[in-house]
Amino acid sequence: MPKLMHKKSITIALAGNPNSGKTTIFNNITGTRQKVGNWPGVTVEKKEGSVSKFGHDLKIIDLPGTYSLTPFSIEEIVARDFVLEESPDVVIDIIDASNLERSLYLATQLRELDCKVLFALNMADLATSRGTKIDADKLSELLDVPVVFTIGNKNTGIDSLLKVAIKLAGSKSKISQKRKVKYSNDIENSISKLQGFIEERIEQNLPYNIRWTAIKLLENDKIVRERIRQKIGNKSLEIFREVETHRKHLLDRFDDDPEIVMTDERYGFIAGIIKEVVTKSTKRRIDTSRNVDLVLTNRFVGFPIFILFIWIMFQTTFVVGSYPMEWIDSGVNWLSAILELFLPDSLFKDLLLNGIIAGVGSVIIFLPNILILFLFIAIFEDTGYMARAAFLMDKIMHLIGLHGKSFIPMLMGFGCSVPAIMATRTLESNKDRILTILITPFMSCSAKLPIYILLAGTFFSARAGTVIFLIYITGIILSIITGRLFRSTLFKGADAPFVMELPPYRVPMIKSLIIHMWDRSKMFLKKMGGIILVGSVIVWMLTAFPRNINYSMDYNKEINKINTSFMDKYSNADDYEKKQIEKQKNAAITKLKLAEKAEKAEKSFMGSIGKTIAPVFAPIGIDWRGSVALLTGFVAKEIVVSTLGILYTAEEADEPDALKNTLLASEMTSLSALSLMIFVLLYLPCVATIATIRRETGSLKWTLFSIVYNTSIAWAAAFCIYQGGKILGLT
Amino acid sequence: MLLSEMKEGQTGIIVHVKGNNGALRRRVLEMGLTKGTKIYVEKYAPLKDPLELIIKGYHISLRVEEAANITVDRLMIVDC
Repeated sequence: MPKLMHKKSITIALAGNPNSGKTTIFNNITGTRQKVGNWPGVTVEKKEGSVSKFGHDLKIIDLPGTYSLTPFSIEEIVARDFVLEESPDVVIDIIDASNLERSLYLATQLRELDCKVLFALNMADLATSRGTKIDADKLSELLDVPVVFTIGNKNTGIDSLLKVAIKLAGSKSKISQKRKVKYSNDIENSISKLQGFIEERIEQNLPYNIRWTAIKLLENDKIVRERIRQKIGNKSLEIFREVETHRKHLLDRFDDDPEIVMTDERYGFIAGIIKEVVTKSTKRRIDTSRNVDLVLTNRFVGFPIFILFIWIMFQTTFVVGSYPMEWIDSGVNWLSAILELFLPDSLFKDLLLNGIIAGVGSVIIFLPNILILFLFIAIFEDTGYMARAAFLMDKIMHLIGLHGKSFIPMLMGFGCSVPAIMATRTLESNKDRILTILITPFMSCSAKLPIYILLAGTFFSARAGTVIFLIYITGIILSIITGRLFRSTLFKGADAPFVMELPPYRVPMIKSLIIHMWDRSKMFLKKMGGIILVGSVIVWMLTAFPRNINYSMDYNKEINKINTSFMDKYSNADDYEKKQIEKQKNAAITKLKLAEKAEKAEKSFMGSIGKTIAPVFAPIGIDWRGSVALLTGFVAKEIVVSTLGILYTAEEADEPDALKNTLLASEMTSLSALSLMIFVLLYLPCVATIATIRRETGSLKWTLFSIVYNTSIAWAAAFCIYQGGKILGLT
Repeated sequence: MLLSEMKEGQTGIIVHVKGNNGALRRRVLEMGLTKGTKIYVEKYAPLKDPLELIIKGYHISLRVEEAANITVDRLMIVDC
């Protein structure tokens, strides 16, 4: 039979707690056919995937992981709005079976939302091994919801999960109204009275199910109130008045806010379900995760291990990363050598070789570093260690006036400020978020690393690692000072509560690590193709033009002069002397050629710009070339290295250490190199970061503040280092 | 007694969660720290703050100052 039937398209939303294995299941269903984007208007990551299965086109949406649907955090608002406004055909709630009780809180909220919901009891094997048995049939019966067992990391049960979801989506039967949460009599009373009141007053349909609306109004849900006000205008005032009466009544009755009482009662309802569904064996079992944690957060060894992990992360990034770096480097050199040989001399060749290949080549070399760094961050996240890092660090972070969770964005700041600043969304208090955003740029991002590797490697050879480590530490210390300073001035007030789950340790899945790492490295590569390419071309143009320079002398004539003068000496010399003369001649010519190049760079547009701003940088030991490089770093920090490469035109471009040697031969000293590194560490963030700060703070004021603050601190710190060092007689 | 006064390895039942900020208090409750919940103090962080609890079969961390908002009845059993 020919398949002419139109495939039915079904939208499935995945909901669930953080650490419930939701992402693993999403990865298993969609494989690599994922689209990662943002939820409209906000920067919470939205993952979508499409797959054809069992005769249906399935569109899978991964909702943000949340513990609740109470609209406090942006993630919760996004998740709830999606279910309410986009009405997916089915919502699958991924429930961590070994954490059933708390997971059911979100589940009951979804159940109340009046959508077609289905439970995936995930990792039940783990729960069983811990002595917890769950009666799925009973659970299904009690909440009137289909329940499917899944084991995400073994890809078990996924097909039957999808089959049940498709069946549920196709079923015409109305969503069962029974067996949702049952509250105490007083509250149920108020709910039904309010429900009746709303039904009576309002002819047109309210946006949502009436019982749910009544519950949310009793809970004083600001978003639901606002939606109702928009929908029915002045009539809403009548309803709100009635709501107030009920709220007051309940407040008198329970001596507490209705939303608090209802939260309590929801858990009470859940406790009832748990009693009927879960059987626990009394046999004590070894809880590996707990034992591991006793070591990793141990009073004595917890911190040393933490520091060791971070040290291993950076060490691996640099040491292991240096091998593929060499391969990429020789590949780029080989390419430019080939092109040099086969292309005729032209402006285009100059652009291609000295602009594009030199620029992009000097940056792509750091791809291995970045991959490794993101791999480590993915491992920390997927194993559950990230939460322990926050647990260990909270006391310290709290001293700065920050939440332990702020440590996570700050740690990610070592990778790239853009995702790091996005990660501040996990912070609930706006103050915490803005403060974290302001200090995250002090965490030295991976794009700055190439600059340190070049400068420290050149001027501190054997001690390069230590110097780079100290640079990172300087950034951390300055962020602490900044945090304290701002907390006691600009951001006074109470801190957000530190209520954080410490998920069990898990062995990370290779597939998920790779997806994780790849998603983030992709950002780096995209930057490469876009901003960095454009930046390199602009920098090349500013360096290559104007074409007709008024040189201080006629270099060609001078070279000819040397040639002729040596010719005279040459004629009456013996073989040995001839060789000596030849050497002298070549040296003289090279010197002239280099001087010509230097003068060309100096008199280019870039040179003029650099010289104009150079006086600002003179007190911190940075010459006009450094100034230009720093300017171009605004586009992306990686470009600083390629700009230095272009400006200090290396003698023999095909020699790998050319830039190093040229830098060593230049008037740059280790002290001024250090000052330059410190300035790079602290000064204004790159365009992409500034755009993210603007979007995440939603305020131009904070964005400008961040730029000005960072740059002033950078200058001041570099000034102290350079002038201080000079006084101490260091070079 | 207050939760913040409990020592590592002690067990208790939550009697009351107080707090001036309704939204934050509700967040604590939504994570499962509700009245009548059995809690076990797993450990304090190396710097004595925050502390780690086991409630409803999972591990959660709280700051000492937040734990000071939670009144508990200590249970004299050595089991969790």
